[in-house]
Formats: sequence, structure tokens, C-alpha cells
Amino acid sequence: MKILVCLKQVPHKDARLEIGSDGTWIKEDGIKFEINDYDNYALEEALRLKDAGEAEVVVATIGPDRVTQSLRTALGMGADRAIHVWDDSLANADSLGIAKVLAAVAKEENFDVVFCGLMSDDSNYAMVGPMLAQLLDIPHVTAVVKTDFENGAVKVEKELEGGTLEVSQVPLPCLLAVQTGINEVRYASLKGIMQAKKKPLDKKALSDIGLDGAAVAPKLSIEKIYTPPKGEGANLLSGSADEIATQMVGKIKELGLL
Amino acid sequence: MAATDYTPEHQLFRETVRKFVEEELRPRAREFDEMGRIDKSLFKKMGELGMLGLRYDPKYGGAGLDWSYSAVMFEELGRSDNAGVTMGISVQTDMATPSLAQFGDEELKQKYLVPAIAGEMVAAIAVTEPDAGSDVAGIKTRAVRDGDDWVINGSKTYITNAATADWLCLLVVTDPDAGYGGYSQIVLPTDLPGIRYELLDKIGNLGSDTGLFYFDNVRVPVANTIGDIGRGFQQQMMQFQDERLVACVSSMAGSEHLWQETRRWAEERRLFGKPLSKMQNTQFKMVELWTLINAAKELTRACVEKRVAGEDATELITMAKLFCGRVSRQVADECIQFHGGYGYMKESMAGRAFVDSRLISIGGGSDETMMHYLAKQLGF
Repeated sequence: MKILVCLKQVPHKDARLEIGSDGTWIKEDGIKFEINDYDNYALEEALRLKDAGEAEVVVATIGPDRVTQSLRTALGMGADRAIHVWDDSLANADSLGIAKVLAAVAKEENFDVVFCGLMSDDSNYAMVGPMLAQLLDIPHVTAVVKTDFENGAVKVEKELEGGTLEVSQVPLPCLLAVQTGINEVRYASLKGIMQAKKKPLDKKALSDIGLDGAAVAPKLSIEKIYTPPKGEGANLLSGSADEIATQMVGKIKELGLL
Repeated sequence: MAATDYTPEHQLFRETVRKFVEEELRPRAREFDEMGRIDKSLFKKMGELGMLGLRYDPKYGGAGLDWSYSAVMFEELGRSDNAGVTMGISVQTDMATPSLAQFGDEELKQKYLVPAIAGEMVAAIAVTEPDAGSDVAGIKTRAVRDGDDWVINGSKTYITNAATADWLCLLVVTDPDAGYGGYSQIVLPTDLPGIRYELLDKIGNLGSDTGLFYFDNVRVPVANTIGDIGRGFQQQMMQFQDERLVACVSSMAGSEHLWQETRRWAEERRLFGKPLSKMQNTQFKMVELWTLINAAKELTRACVEKRVAGEDATELITMAKLFCGRVSRQVADECIQFHGGYGYMKESMAGRAFVDSRLISIGGGSDETMMHYLAKQLGF
């Protein structure tokens, strides 16, 4: 089985974020980056398939030089090889542009399964997975919380609202966009890190995968990002726990919510 | 990038240890304080990640790397918010096992070093006695040969990992008339008849189990001697160098972490209409501490580089141990002051650091021992 895992590098969850001078994105200088959390679970799901039998796990990402660190982490965790695509024209790429690049990478090889995270921690679009599946003309399931591969197909559990689960049987090849918590993500062991030094990390330009800047030009652009102003009108209740509870019920009734 | 991130592999290893600290150690830091020890099962996990045998021969499960990787590991472990836990781990990696790895014979290494590197066995170093601490040559615990066995009598105190240890790297007197040639190091399994321990109640480093061991006619094979009989003192002195350097690296990581948390506090805490961080006294003090921390880190880095280069770093490590101990105490003291009343609470990181850091100037050779050595080196 040949598996592609799409990774995104995002700002570290503990990074102190500041809005950049043009107001359309954060300042990226001087902050740390890490693998998008959803993608860690996607990678772990792929590595478990590898552990269970014959499978090659290829990780791919798009981004400037700094993303090689995340690819090396993935190789250290157990992925077999990595593909890094970059072109300056991708700096402002939208979800469709990213999906096109990943589709071009995926089309170069016949992957049985494409794993990606449900969404990215930084932009939260949750669109790349479904778009990529569409471009590859393969079925997909999002918010995947369980997989069971058997006889050229996969039984997938998908998370719905209110804790409900949807079960479906999907033929391979397919794309699965994974929810967090689906598994326990492994660490890159020191042995894995040292082995990763010898694993292939292919750098590709857009022209290497048959694309150019025009093909991935964004159709969506960010107008501005901002910190919402602090709200007003909060009612601070005081007193003992019982008194506060009584006041709270009163307020809820006042608002006609009870 | 940290000063010791020489290669992408160093960075990746740092990521792994950081993740381990963030997911396995820091969230349980106070739980380990309550337990008075680390969850022993975490040693197995650290073994699987390769953290317990960084510099040891791959033949025994080690990674065959150099001190730069140890520095990376302890820079991250120093941020675990539990100095006791970091100390317990460092006892395993850099205090109780180096002599065995360097001088032990094949059979002894297979039996005790391999499982220690895998995290299946926990080790402790047993040198200090009720009447002999930094004055190592004053120890009295005696091993008398009886055929193929040593018979051991005596006691050892302030032993980290006392309750979790499966074996002790024990320094004993084997020939009282042979001066510095009369000491030996012995691997002593803790489940042998005649061994008992009691835990000690410390003021800080609560996440480690520190105890007092009693040995009453304990029989152990002479084959458990590490290296040559009579070379224990010299071997132990070499082992101390790793212990001291680990203390420097992890204490400065802890001080840096505390400084950063204190800065965050000072930015949020408002007094007289403005953040504490906007007051000149705060800024001057914080800058002063930052300068000290960085000076200590640079000194420590110089020690690490000497070790990586295979040079004798004894003098520099001695200075670093002295300096880092004092800097970590000063940082903790000043940071408590910034936190005011909250800093005096047990739940405050500054409050814990205040009692935890006190040990750096005592354990692994006191400040006075460091100064005594340096004075001799400088010809006084």
C-alpha cells in the first residue's frame, strides 16, 4: 500500500502572535513552527498502517525552507520519504492553489490512500482535503475518527454533530481527513531521527510537477485580520455560590431563555 | 535556535524531548510532588525514545552520541517544572551509569547497563554517608571480601531514586589502609537481603524520592565490582564531572523558564495603574538576571564544547557548577520578590524554584568543595 500524508507547518501553539504590518497575516519572523496538530494524527494513522504490514508512507508539504524541519520530524517518526514543494508564487496561495499542488504531487504516483488533517490550526478552512479529493477524482471522508482497512476498502467512522457517528465503506483509492484524538501520536525517537538522515527529501519547484504561478494564483485573498475589540456589558455577579446561582437564574429568566 | 542545536538532528531531538516534557512531565509535575517520585513507567518510555543512553555504545542500546545531545536533553528537561523529576532522570543517565559504561566488564554491562538504557531498570548513585558528603574520602561503608562475595556493612544517605532504584552504583571502602586506592564501585541490586531504606523529607525537589540506605551484611558477588578493585575513588571523581555539568545545564534551563514566566507575570500584573513590567526597577532587575543567566549559559556551553571535543573540562565545569548554583538561587530569590505574596505560595513556580535551586550549591559537591578545588588549581 502506498500512502500520501499531506502536512502543513503552522505557528507553534505557544508562539506569541502579532499581526503583521500589512494587517493581512501574522508576523512570522522569530516565531517557532510545528506540524499542524490535525496532520500529526493523520501521519500517525498512516504510520500505524505501515506498522501493521507492507506500506510506504510519503509525506508532502508546501512552504518555505523552514518546513523541512517538519518533514524531518515526520521522517524521524517513521515516514519513508518526503516531498517539499515551494515557489514564491505560493506565498499567498489559497486552499484551491494548495490542493492543486498536492494533486499534482499525488498524480505522479499511484497512492492508495491520501491522509490529511481535517483542518489547519492557523487558517481553519478545512477545504484542502475535499478539494484535493475532487481534483484527484477519488472519494473522501472528513472528520474521520476511526479507520479499518480490509480488502481494498476502508470502513470509516466520521464524527457528526452531538457525538453521533456516521459509518461508511469507502473503496480505495480515497482521501481521509482526520479528526484530532483518533490515535495517540508517537514521538520521533532518537533512533528514528538518526535514521531519517538517510531518507530521501525531494525538493520540487512548481515546474517539476507541471504547474506554474498562474495555475495556482489565489482566487481568495485576506482583507485583514484583527483582534476583536473587548466586549462591553458583562454583568459581574457577586455573593455566595447560592446567591450567584439565584441571580443567574433570574437573569436567564429576564432574557426569556428559561 | 539554541546554542547547542548544531545540526538538524539536534533540533529534532530537542523537539522530541520538549514534546515529552510538555505531554508527560509538566502536566503531572504536581502529581509527582505528591507522590514524592516520578512515575517509574516513564523511564521505559524515555528508554524507547533513546533518552537514557545518549552517549553510550550502541552495542548496549545507547546512541553513541556526544555531550551536545545531553545538553539538548537537559535544556528541555530543565523546563519540566519539577526539578526533582529532572534530577531523578539525570541520576539515571549521568550519575549512576557513567562508571559502569566506561569501566564495567561485558557481563556487568549486559546485566545492568542494557536495562538501564532501555528504562527497564532504574539506577541510583550511593556515595554520600551520614558522616561524609563532599569529603568523599571520608566514607565508611565497608565491603569485606569473603570468597567470591563482598559482604557490605554501612549506610548511605541523600540517595536520589531511593524507592525506585533497582540497583545502586555504590562506593565502598575495600581496603582501609590503601588510601585513595582503597575504594571500589559496586553494582548493588536493591532487592538483596540486608538492604533497607527510609525516605527523607526534603524542603524542595519534591518530585524525587530521596532516602537513607542501611546495609547489614549484604552479600553481593565480587563480579559486581565496576572496573578494577581499588579504583573506585578515581572512577567516582570522573563520574562527578557529568553530574555537575548536568546540574549546570538543567538549572540554567529552569532559571530561564522561571525568568520567562516572571516576565509574563510582570506584563500582566498591574500596580498603581500600570503593568509591573513598565516600572524601571522591574526592568533593571530583569535585565540584570537575564545577563547572569546568559553568562552562566555561555560558561556551561563552553564546558559542553570541551566535553564534545574530548578535552579535560574539570576546571571549567567546577567554575560553572559554582556560578550556576549561585545564579539559579539569585534568579529564584528575585523572581519571588516580583510575585509578591503569591511568590511565597507553594503553587508558585518562583516559590518552588527558591527551595529547589538551593540544592545546586550543595549536591554533586558543595560550593565550598568547588572553591577548594579551584583554589588549589590556582596555586593558593
